[in-house]
Amino acid sequence: MTEGTRDAALKAALLQRSGYWKAAAHRAQRLAREQAADLGDAAQMAEDYRLLAHDLARARRLIPQTRTREYLEAAYARAHSTLYRGAWYPGQALLTLFRDEIPDVVRWLTPHILWATTIFVLTILTGYWMVHTYPDLIGLFASPDLIATVERGQLWTEGILNIVPSSVLSLQILTNNIVVSLFAYCAGFIFGLGTLYILGLNGLMLGAVFGFTSLHGLDVALFRFIVAHGCVELSVMCLSGAAGAAVGEALIRPTQGNRMESFRIAALRSGKLLMVCALLLVGSGIIEGYVSPRALFPLWARLVIGIGYWFLMIAVLQGWLFRGSRRSRTPEP
Amino acid sequence: MKTGRDLVVDSVTGVHLALPVAGPGARCYAFLIDWLIRAILCITWYAVAALIYNGRWSLLAPLNPDAKWFVLVVTPAATMYFLYHFVLEIAMSGRTPGKRTAGIHIVMRDGSSPGASALLIRNVFRLVDALPLVYGVGLATTLLTKDHVRVGDMAAGTFMAYERTDVVLPELTTIGSSDAGTEVVSELLSRWTSLDNTARRQLAIAILSRYRLDTNASCAAQTDLQLRSQLEKIAPGRTI
Repeated sequence: MTEGTRDAALKAALLQRSGYWKAAAHRAQRLAREQAADLGDAAQMAEDYRLLAHDLARARRLIPQTRTREYLEAAYARAHSTLYRGAWYPGQALLTLFRDEIPDVVRWLTPHILWATTIFVLTILTGYWMVHTYPDLIGLFASPDLIATVERGQLWTEGILNIVPSSVLSLQILTNNIVVSLFAYCAGFIFGLGTLYILGLNGLMLGAVFGFTSLHGLDVALFRFIVAHGCVELSVMCLSGAAGAAVGEALIRPTQGNRMESFRIAALRSGKLLMVCALLLVGSGIIEGYVSPRALFPLWARLVIGIGYWFLMIAVLQGWLFRGSRRSRTPEP
Repeated sequence: MKTGRDLVVDSVTGVHLALPVAGPGARCYAFLIDWLIRAILCITWYAVAALIYNGRWSLLAPLNPDAKWFVLVVTPAATMYFLYHFVLEIAMSGRTPGKRTAGIHIVMRDGSSPGASALLIRNVFRLVDALPLVYGVGLATTLLTKDHVRVGDMAAGTFMAYERTDVVLPELTTIGSSDAGTEVVSELLSRWTSLDNTARRQLAIAILSRYRLDTNASCAAQTDLQLRSQLEKIAPGRTI
């Protein structure tokens, strides 16, 4: 028998399976939208996948330039996508995130967190020293309004609730902080330089403002304003900076696969921390809107809130809050 | 379908997956449709909510906006605009109305549907892609990279592929045989010369009768060559 005859026979056999393909494509489409009716339904999907792969391999050889092959390519891709789509249970996913994944990411990022914190603290000290020594430099970091207010012996935060209600203030602050935090992370894409710039700039600004207020005897008042929300807010700045630094490092010296692969792995892994950062910043924003500007809160109360919230952040980052729901380990033989 | 290039993905079956990569044109088309939809949604919400809030024919924000203004008017509109992609991509398995219109969807580099974390990272990186203006970085990387991906795709390990939903299986006119039956025909033809004349005639007549191409009587009257030629007709599908 000639090769042509054999191919023709195979082609005929292949084309007679169109009914199976339609059923397989239909099942894949259905299961992409909804759960399998029973175990048999899901098992049939796996069988469909095998069948489509088999027939597609034949079609690619026997009938390469046909709509039938294109149909099979599409059906196979759909079956692959459906079969490899992991089940997603939001509750379980969140529990796993907070219990296992976040502590893992924090452990992995510990050197980056330490470096980011060091850089941030150094830039704060630099900003403080610069403005304390050369007060005119405050013009580089603060608006003319802010400078004029401080020179009048007032903090710009005084009476802020007379202008903006707490809820609006909270919303504005938390939105701004989340955007800055996300940007510090994303800017890691520029080989970490963007993250370094954002960390450095924010550190310099904070230090400069503290230096300027200290020249006018307002540094204690500013500390009093900041302490309740700042402990977590500034820590989150360092965390998102660390995540961005990890992304940048993956591009500078890839450790897994090529540069892009290493970048992808670092971005996906460190990105999980951003969800926690965003949540923590929501809390900080609420404190900044409702607690920090109100004079009725004494310093000790602000310290308790600030340090307490900071410990809550540590507990979340270490997964202590969800220790009780540890996965049951497989018993050792 | 005419596509630029396919991204080849290995599969456990040993048969690779060929996913047609969507180019900058299809991506821009999808983005523009999505942008129009979310702009319309956002503006409509703002307009209706502002009219209700103001209680008169005015869309202007109050001089001293209170919390109600932000909660009812500004926040929902901003949420619709900024979370449009993320929410819809999760709900529609890597699709949005714009992507669906353009016939594309988001796929992981292993051919699977993207999960929530990949979609989140992909959308967070819009902050970089949107720089310096109107998605300059995103457009540039889409034009310059082999798989036409933006920075968000690189970070999330995703790319845009054509859906190929428009490919319809053509009506196939084939002989009403089973796969196994046709395999038997192939086998018989391959062993034609090695088989005894009587045996191969009997087999051929049985197969042809089964396929109802001919009756037993007419088959029996055919020569050896005619029978073989009839069997060879079984092999090809008449149309594809």
